[in-house]
Amino acid sequence: MRKEVYITDYNCVTPLGFDVASNWNDLLQGKSGVTKHKVIENQDAFYASIIDSGKLEEEFNRFFDSAQKSKIRRLANDNTNFTRLEKMFLLSLKPLVERHNITDETAFILSTTKGNISLLKNQATLPEGVYLSSLAQKIADFFGFKTKPIVVSNACVSGIMAIAVAKNMIQAGRYKDAFVVAGDEISEFVISGFNSFQAIGSEPCKPYDKNRSGINIGEATAAGFITSHCEERSEAISNEKFSFKILGDSAINDANHISGPSRTGDGLYASIKNAMTEANVSAEQINFISAHGTATIYNDEMEAIAFNRMELQNVPLNSMKGFYGHCLGASGLLESIISMESALHNNLISSKNFEEMGVSQPLNILKENQPAIIKYILKTASGFGGCNAAIVLEKC
Amino acid sequence: MMKKTDICTIENSKITVNEQVIFESQAEFFSEFAKEAYKSLALNYPKFHKMDNLSKLAFLASEMILKDEDHSKTAIVLANRSSSLDTDFKYQESINSQDNFFPSPAVFVYTLPNICVGEISIRHKMQTENAFFVLDEFDEKFLNDYSEQILQSGKAEKVLCGWVELYQESYKAFVYLLTN
Repeated sequence: MRKEVYITDYNCVTPLGFDVASNWNDLLQGKSGVTKHKVIENQDAFYASIIDSGKLEEEFNRFFDSAQKSKIRRLANDNTNFTRLEKMFLLSLKPLVERHNITDETAFILSTTKGNISLLKNQATLPEGVYLSSLAQKIADFFGFKTKPIVVSNACVSGIMAIAVAKNMIQAGRYKDAFVVAGDEISEFVISGFNSFQAIGSEPCKPYDKNRSGINIGEATAAGFITSHCEERSEAISNEKFSFKILGDSAINDANHISGPSRTGDGLYASIKNAMTEANVSAEQINFISAHGTATIYNDEMEAIAFNRMELQNVPLNSMKGFYGHCLGASGLLESIISMESALHNNLISSKNFEEMGVSQPLNILKENQPAIIKYILKTASGFGGCNAAIVLEKC
Repeated sequence: MMKKTDICTIENSKITVNEQVIFESQAEFFSEFAKEAYKSLALNYPKFHKMDNLSKLAFLASEMILKDEDHSKTAIVLANRSSSLDTDFKYQESINSQDNFFPSPAVFVYTLPNICVGEISIRHKMQTENAFFVLDEFDEKFLNDYSEQILQSGKAEKVLCGWVELYQESYKAFVYLLTN
């Protein structure tokens, strides 16, 4: 019998707010973080979901001042020089570190695609901060993590994999619990790259919609606390308000193309199938799908094919990209957190900006918020390199 | 108990498989070495030439191990230190200046470390579990523990596992096959 592993706490930092409650309230009202921005000089403004830097600075300074006086002061080394992304990471982890103990058997798992890539601009050699392991170590040192940080960098499925890796390494007996954090920031690097693919939409993105024009890039950090010792009711979880069991996970490659989704949905189909098999949950039992839905024709179509192959076409489904844009390495964890909030509030959030069916296969896409009893959640994502990932969560 | 079979090491312009030198060259630069190795080993996979250097390194190492066998149940778990920084750096140079702003999608796609896993998967039609980790040093125990979970859960029967590190002219691959 393998150990059971639970998510018992989480937090997020997004343009909609710096905690889950403020995010949830905005989502309920249909508010989106996607607005028009000018990021690259001499180039047209475009739609993206960007955190206000002034607000971030203000929030971080308040946190840092109080950290200096609180119990995390002992760990907060005197390094006060943090990048914008590092501040986002620190703010998302802060409440979790305050509520849960860090021990010798606590893992620290960080998911990102590009980390501090902005530091590379106009550099002749690599600055230390662009190494993902240095970024992770800096965050780990701040909070006093004792084990070596693990960085997961699997393109846009990284956020889901953070949860899967935590589960697997806890089941392997290597750790008792884990703090996972996932994040990516909007940078000229990423924007220019997606632009070169002509993938960036000229309007707010419309996942699965007939009139979609492409993706919006977003930025966010999200954090979760994952543990196996739920059943012991130990001190570490005495203030636990909820728990979600991680029932199954899988990340299967399409083996088809490095930058285009598979036309058959093979990898996503197999990921979902594996995760559901491990979870021992059937298609009829899944109450809700938090899909990837980037709003590119090929991606959305591929997902529709994979969900239909799994006979999941009637399950209520949404994409969060209309609210947050595509937050790359952060999206999988952020969207998992919002799914769990949905389950806790018995309320499914509409798939923002979806109006008219734009995929060839049927899907039950949420046009409005909708009350629902949710026990089993399926979360999926797909990304460059042909990667896909799926996890099944159970509300306990 | 997991068994480790077929180990491939690539460093200093030399490819070693199970302690036997398979290919060695005098090439000074990695790209030159990779090209010579490709030719000498008669790999016959033209897509190789479009890959970035990290993918070429991972591809060469995996070719030595996977050969022409069936790998429809072989997972891939790789790690390195420098992520895709070798290509990131090249891509950044193409966007540093507004007067000389030429981002290329063909370069941008390689600015993710897991692309090399995709390349190997495509080559051997491996629709299997895959993961890419970035660690400050090679941690074989960690990678093996993670691989063991994949094997124990029944999601794969073998795991192509290891370290594929490359930044400019500094590189090392240490890749092996794990079976139950």
